[in-house]
Amino acid sequence: MGPLSLTIEYILSDTFFNGAKMTLLLTIVSVFFGIVVGLIIAIMQEIQNKYLDYIVVVYLWFFRGTPVLFQIIFIYNVLPSFGIYLSSFASGVLALSLNEGAYIAEIMRAGIQSVAKGQRTAATALAMKEWQVMRYVVVPQALRVIIPPIGNQFIGMLKLSALVSVVAVEELLLVANQAASSNFRYLEALMAAGVYYLLFTTVFMYIQGHIEFWAKGGRLRARRDKEVKAEIAIERTEVR
Amino acid sequence: MMSTNNLPLGKKILETFDIRKSFGDLEVLKGLSLEVTEGKTMVIVGPSGSGKSTLIRCFNLLETINAGKILFEGRPISGADKNAWKIRLEIGMVFQNFELFGHLTVLENIILAPTVVKGIEKGEATEKAMELLKKVQIPEKASSFPDELSGGQQQRVAIARSLAMEPKLMLYDEPTSALDPEMIKEVLDVIQKLSQEGMTSVVVTHEMGFARKVADRMVFMDHGKVIENTTSNKFFGGEVSDRAKAFLEKILSH
Repeated sequence: MGPLSLTIEYILSDTFFNGAKMTLLLTIVSVFFGIVVGLIIAIMQEIQNKYLDYIVVVYLWFFRGTPVLFQIIFIYNVLPSFGIYLSSFASGVLALSLNEGAYIAEIMRAGIQSVAKGQRTAATALAMKEWQVMRYVVVPQALRVIIPPIGNQFIGMLKLSALVSVVAVEELLLVANQAASSNFRYLEALMAAGVYYLLFTTVFMYIQGHIEFWAKGGRLRARRDKEVKAEIAIERTEVR
Repeated sequence: MMSTNNLPLGKKILETFDIRKSFGDLEVLKGLSLEVTEGKTMVIVGPSGSGKSTLIRCFNLLETINAGKILFEGRPISGADKNAWKIRLEIGMVFQNFELFGHLTVLENIILAPTVVKGIEKGEATEKAMELLKKVQIPEKASSFPDELSGGQQQRVAIARSLAMEPKLMLYDEPTSALDPEMIKEVLDVIQKLSQEGMTSVVVTHEMGFARKVADRMVFMDHGKVIENTTSNKFFGGEVSDRAKAFLEKILSH
């Protein structure tokens, strides 16, 4: 069998397809919990309580100061000795989410701080309560700063998820490695995995491009322009 | 609309008694007593750093005073409590940097507070907003976003946004300081028109020509104190202290 046909066979095989599904699942679940963790950390930082700050500092110190690979192996192999037994998938997701949370917290903080203080003041002066100021003025504007980099985090996580192969999660890289080690045809196996990775990153980048357009207000403006055109059309018919 | 005046003439809408405010070790307001009369316009002038902005930010409780007393319609108000927003319902404020909400259109900027704070129905709020936009002479910009407007237009929208809450008192914090010279007049004209219609106003400004036209009361502040509190005629007629005179000469000579 030639290299190309074997590559195609790998791509279409259930094993690779399931590996790709696992990679995608790992990515989405880990970023999702990463956002949850990041939100909690960002709120803990906003509250400005001394003890919460200590917890956050230790957390950030650990997860930013050690390799992700170390964290994955640590959670999978060390937690059981404290009576916490997690599947390899759960260990992987836990490690990736906790690691991701550290970065997302920073993105969220930057987003909130990007909304100028004067905007809050103006909303407060309009008799809005604290939660209304956040809900209607700060959060919608902060999201435009927060969401585009989170798109980047997805792409980063897709690549990071390959590390979970070390605790035997049947994701794309492990599947490719196993296929190759049975017949030593690394080129075909890795090409098949590479095609899936590139497919996913391309789709993520495409979605991210749309999100960035939205974040810059493009969608709002497009919607507005459509409405204006519709109104003009209505006015014209009325004139007739 | 704005001139509904059920109160007796000369009624004090806002009074301050010996108010003090410090930021850390720096005392910015050193015991000020003033009164704002219903339907009148007070213009506050003074060198930068004299505490003018801080003073009017105390009026709507954006700043909390450290000592003294503020009465709004005869009732004492204090900052930092849960009911501060109720006082702000009655007091509109316009800022130097406009502070329109960038993610909302002009129309949405104006109806946001009436709908979410006062619970006014959207259609009604929109109708009112369009009226106000006509008043500030930019109804055609209703569906524009703030960054598509000039500074002067943004500030007029900001004025309309405040008016939409139907305040009893308008505070203007250097409303034209961030504007290019050719846009200053269009904003001042709107403020003047409102003032002439009987909107009680307090204006912090450096525009002396404008002050002369609109002020019923001129206040000159320096180093956190009121140096002059007099009528517009007396102030511009030269019946002022040497300190105020020196300031006026400096500001009018260029």
